[in-house]
Amino acid sequence: MTSGQRLIQYTYRLTLLFLTLTGFGQMPIFKRYYIADIPGLAWLAQFYVTHALHYFFAALLIALVFYSGFDYLFERKKQHQISVPGIIKSIFLGLLIVSGGLMVMKNFTGTPFSPMMISMLDLTHMMLCMGLLFYSLYTAMVDKRWVYIP
Amino acid sequence: MKQQISRRAFLKGSVTAACSAVAGPSLARAAKALEEKVPLATLLDISKCIGCEECVYACQESNADKYPNPEKPFPKMYPDRVPVMDWSDKRDVTDRLTPYNWLYIQSATVEIDGVEQELSIPRRCMHCTNPPCVKLCPWGASKQLNNGISRIDSDICMGGSKCKAVCPWHIPQRQTGVGLYLDILPAFAGNGVMYKCDRCYDRIAKGEMPACIDACPENVQTIGPREEIIQQAHDLAREMNGYIYGEMENGGTNTIYVSPVPFETLNKAIGTGKNTPHLSSVEDKMATGNNLARAMLLAPLAGTAAAVAKLYQLSKKEEK
Repeated sequence: MTSGQRLIQYTYRLTLLFLTLTGFGQMPIFKRYYIADIPGLAWLAQFYVTHALHYFFAALLIALVFYSGFDYLFERKKQHQISVPGIIKSIFLGLLIVSGGLMVMKNFTGTPFSPMMISMLDLTHMMLCMGLLFYSLYTAMVDKRWVYIP
Repeated sequence: MKQQISRRAFLKGSVTAACSAVAGPSLARAAKALEEKVPLATLLDISKCIGCEECVYACQESNADKYPNPEKPFPKMYPDRVPVMDWSDKRDVTDRLTPYNWLYIQSATVEIDGVEQELSIPRRCMHCTNPPCVKLCPWGASKQLNNGISRIDSDICMGGSKCKAVCPWHIPQRQTGVGLYLDILPAFAGNGVMYKCDRCYDRIAKGEMPACIDACPENVQTIGPREEIIQQAHDLAREMNGYIYGEMENGGTNTIYVSPVPFETLNKAIGTGKNTPHLSSVEDKMATGNNLARAMLLAPLAGTAAAVAKLYQLSKKEEK
């Protein structure tokens, strides 16, 4: 793995960590369960802060996904093949970005979505996030990489 | 209380006819707004309010079937810091917002033209045009209807009180011991249901006026399409050399107050407190997120550009 790829990997992991923290921070749980009382974590209970940070890290994730996707198509595909776990995680990421994008649209004035669709989006986005996290944990445990050398 | 009832009875008897006469145009405008699917707004002329609380009692009467009926004892919640909010034994409180009182009257003693006067200000949900309580609710329990009304669905709400935390005026109020959380994990998640003014969405859907507007003996409130109400508010403010609140606050609301004194003065006069909705200016709370969202559109371009730049560098290297 090149130093550039390692940087991408660390940035991806850090982005996922902050997206998860700020995403779960949209629910009023960090104050209730004393997590926001831990020095340095008070911001987790400030809803407007976690909301803005979630957007920031979402932008970073989208940029990473586009970079990695095109980098694979332009260059890495010559020597590597995307693995099945890589495809599954890509699908999770794609659906997270689409559902998240719709939720971002919903937050502008005059959203066209019905209340029922908004509830469905909220739940879908959260379930996808948990699905990606658990699947990523599994692939890390069994050492399944995104790509392999055919 | 006795005095309030007799005053209510007096006002009811003497002004019902006047109310019916002026309700007509307002109702027609509200119906027009519904038909055209444009947001409805209300205009409150503070100079007219006499603080009789007729609107408060009408609100309570009209919405009584929506009020919570909690079962006691409440389930024990963990950890201990989770507060139990119980207003079920204080249903007749009218001097603040509670789950059983969605509208109350604030009083402000101010000087107008050198004369000390008491102004009364009906306070309830402002029904923001882009309401943070709706947009940031993690379950979609808080909803915005096509006509601009925001309401909390008591069947879905978990009572986490996030809507109150993100509301610039901290309007929604919690009642413990009711709602969906009782059927899930009452000890560990949720804490009841949040309640606030739903601007009588059910009455409006039936072509009726919100109860508070219907009952007002002084015609303090008028309702209609937002654009018309804004225009009317500006005309009124010009006439009385007055001031407007609610048009720009939090990016715009569907509740527009017109006052003969500046709102900074009123805000000082109503005092401050945890459960006193203020009258100070409010920045658009959703603006930071929505500006970041616009910037987010650049993210795919940035990622693609970085990949292209890398490809270009590699091809340059290969050429050498």
